[in-house]
Amino acid sequence: MEPTDAELIAAVLNGDSASFEPLIKKYQPRVFATARRYARRESEVEDIVQEVFIKAFRKLPGFRGDAPFEHWLMRLAVRTCYDFLRGHQRNRETAFSELTEPETDWLERVVVQPGDEAENAEAARQLVDKILSRLSPPARMVITLLEIEDRTVKEIAVLTGWSVALVKVRAFRARAEMRKILKSITKEKYL
Amino acid sequence: MNLNELHAKLVKVARKNPPTDRVPYAFEKRIMSRLASPAPANDWALWGRPLWRAAVSCVAITILCGVWSMATARPVESTTESFSQDLEAAVFAPLNTSVEDAW
Repeated sequence: MEPTDAELIAAVLNGDSASFEPLIKKYQPRVFATARRYARRESEVEDIVQEVFIKAFRKLPGFRGDAPFEHWLMRLAVRTCYDFLRGHQRNRETAFSELTEPETDWLERVVVQPGDEAENAEAARQLVDKILSRLSPPARMVITLLEIEDRTVKEIAVLTGWSVALVKVRAFRARAEMRKILKSITKEKYL
Repeated sequence: MNLNELHAKLVKVARKNPPTDRVPYAFEKRIMSRLASPAPANDWALWGRPLWRAAVSCVAITILCGVWSMATARPVESTTESFSQDLEAAVFAPLNTSVEDAW
């Protein structure tokens, strides 16, 4: 029978570092998926995930066990991703001219015929990535958690460590920022 | 073009295409070896402790000097009037000296 998370954590805290490896194996897919929402390059994703688990190992004595280990780990992951976004703010600006032809085609189809389900999901996905990368770190974090992952305001507050009021304020500003970016993209192209 | 619609479509695309949870081969081994290796020396941390100790000592010495200075200071005797006379004498002293030297 496989040991539980609590047993593995207790073993690590008793000095058996090797017991941390099963925890990494169990949760690394989820942490990778989270990191890929905020970083494009695979090398950056790996750095983020590595940092999450190293922080988790070092902060393990502070894990009280009130909530499942997964929740605690995901909080750490989200905050590490946020720190990454803040540290890479300079790479944010993407000129409209950098959109590829498939992305431009997808956008054109959506703008001209909004009712149509535009094809080329890959181009759409890349366009979404590029637009999200133009958002400020808090805006990107809130849009990703609130609208794309469909989390509640309370869940976001717990994950990020922000107050509920701050999450709401940031959500409002994030939508305004997103609107501004979309306006600039459509205006440049279609006016 | 309704921007809200465009926003909603983009969010829909993002939801339909979640990022992959693929893990590079033996990634957990990489992390474990990193945890097992000693942490790289942090030069700032090496200097930090002795500098903090020095700072505390300096503050303590400053406080002691201040207390000693206040304890051994002579009481001020002159009144406002004598103070103004003293000040006048001090200000005009160079003038008086130079005039006498000239003659």
